[in-house]
This record gives sequence, C-alpha cells and structure tokens, in this order.
Amino acid sequence: MTTNVLIAAICIMALVTYLPRVVPLVLFRKKIQNSFLRSFLLYMPYGILAAMIFPAIFFSTDSLISAIAGAVVSLLLAWNRRGLLTVAVGGTLTVYIVQWILTLCA
Amino acid sequence: MSQKLTFAVGLRGGIPIALGYLSVSFAFGMSAVSKGFPLWAPAVISLTSFTGTGQFVGIDLISASAGFLELAFTLLIINLRYLLMSLSLSQRLDPSIGFLKRMAIAFGNTDEIYAVAMQQEGALNFRYLLGLILSSYAGWVGGTLIGSLASNLLPPAICSALGIAVYAMFIAIIVPPARKYKPVMRIIAIAVFLSCIFYWVPPFNRLSSGWVIIICGVISSAYGAYYFPLKEEQLEGGADHDN
Repeated sequence: MTTNVLIAAICIMALVTYLPRVVPLVLFRKKIQNSFLRSFLLYMPYGILAAMIFPAIFFSTDSLISAIAGAVVSLLLAWNRRGLLTVAVGGTLTVYIVQWILTLCA
Repeated sequence: MSQKLTFAVGLRGGIPIALGYLSVSFAFGMSAVSKGFPLWAPAVISLTSFTGTGQFVGIDLISASAGFLELAFTLLIINLRYLLMSLSLSQRLDPSIGFLKRMAIAFGNTDEIYAVAMQQEGALNFRYLLGLILSSYAGWVGGTLIGSLASNLLPPAICSALGIAVYAMFIAIIVPPARKYKPVMRIIAIAVFLSCIFYWVPPFNRLSSGWVIIICGVISSAYGAYYFPLKEEQLEGGADHDN
C-alpha cells in the first residue's frame, strides 16, 4: 500500500465513523415527547450492550473455559453492584488465574 | 449517588474505560503493525476514528487491498449503531449545549463512553462529557502507540486475559439496572437470545456484526418501550454502584 492510498483510507474511516455520530447530535436537539420513542431510546443501551457482550465474551480469551469463568465472576460482581473497575479487574484476574491453572494441568 | 458532574468527575469516570481500552487498542496497534502498516498508521487511525470494531475491520480491509467504496460501506454499516446512540445521547444533553460542543461530544460518543454517560442522573453537561472523553481517548491512543511500538511488551497470557476486560465492564453497566428494573432484565434477555441466534444459527449468522447489533438493539428496546413505557424520571441514571 502506498502512503497516499493509506492516508485516503484513513480519512474515509474517520469520516464514516464520525458521520453517524454527529448527525443525530446536532440535528435532534429538542426533547422527544412521545413516550414510546423516549422509552425506546432510553432502553437502547441495554439492548445494544447485551447483544455486544453475548455470546462474544465467551470467545474473548484464549480458551472457552477461562472466558466462561471470567464471565461468571464478572456477572456475580456486577450483581452485587461492584463498580466498573472492580468488575473489569475481577473478570480479567479470573481469566488469568484459570488459564494459569489450565497450563499447570496440561 | 447524586454527585455534581464536573470535569474532574468526568476524567475519573473515564479511567475504567481507559483501562479497558488499553488492552483493546494495544491489540489493535500490534495487529496493524503485523499486517504491514507503518508504525505511525495505527496511532493516526486511533486519533481520527476512535472506534473499536470499525478500526479492526478497517485495517483488515485495507491490508486486503479492498476498494474505497467497500471500505466506506462496510464501516458505515458497522457504525450505524452510533446513529441510535447519538440520538439517545442527544435526548440526555443539557439543551443549552451549542453546535460546536455537540460536534466535539459526537466525536467521543463511543460504545463505552455512551454507556457510562447514560448512567448519570439528570442532564449531561459539556464539562463532564469532555473529561470522560479525554481520559478514555488518552487510553485509546496511548494503548495503540504502545501496542504498535512494542509488540512483545506484555506476555501473551496477560494479553489474552485482558481480552475480557471490556466485556466485563459492559456487564458492570447493564446488570445493576437489570436487577432494579424488571423491564431492563427482559430487554437484555431478548437481546442476548437474538444475538446468540445471529451468532450460531444459519443463515442468520452470515449477517455482519454491525447489523446484528442494530437488529438486536431495535427489537429488544422496541419490545420494552411498547410493553413498559417509562414515566418521566425513571431510568435516567439507574445504576447505583456501591463503590
């Protein structure tokens, strides 16, 4: 790839990422009154995030077993209302420990 | 948990996001360099795009010599979800925030920043969002730089373990409100069910991930909005953590 082609490609990437982000934010400035639409938009993050987490989380590490362990620990911590950082570190540590145990067994 | 949304609160709120980003952007930097990109490229991409999935798919397409049209169209589909997120974030912004500031906020409306911002109570001001975006952005660009400069800095075991960090953070965002509000629990269940179908069951699993996220998000939240329409204040900041 030449440098010029690469720069053009990078510009295209930036543009098609920014456009869908900026258009609604500058165009829709009034509060939506319709209760269905309001609820729809407020519920949206949960639907989107849930779809992004599952099932992708199970394939986010080197082995299915460590990913399941990490997911379970994260779910338990979150259920007990731990903060974002605690849950992220807890999930990551669990995966690390389980993988370490797995290499010992192998 | 009602605190003033200052710049400092925003900066602090972005720290867990930045930590989650470090691992992902680190992997992005590494993978771009291993695909033959010059050292400066991944950092410039992270500086200008500031998105996860889109960047990974982007470097895949570029290194496979895809045309500009294919690149633009694929990324646009993956990024369509931002239309919904920006529309929903727009409803929560302080109405006095002007045009230029909205343009700046739009640049930083990533999945994670959006999710954390939407947890706050009341109207969102510019100072808070700026802080949130800046610390997350620093983690994203910094991680990319480190990843591309030192491809073998972290042992592989730690890299693999960090792969789960972003998902764990997402779990921390959606589970507490789900415990508190039954409709949120149902919406999550529907979205997860649909998402699994789109992952495993043919021919649905041929659909690209951008479309899957849009379809799951739209169907599950439309179900929620139809059967459980919200009253005025509910859910505008539903998650209360103990720490």
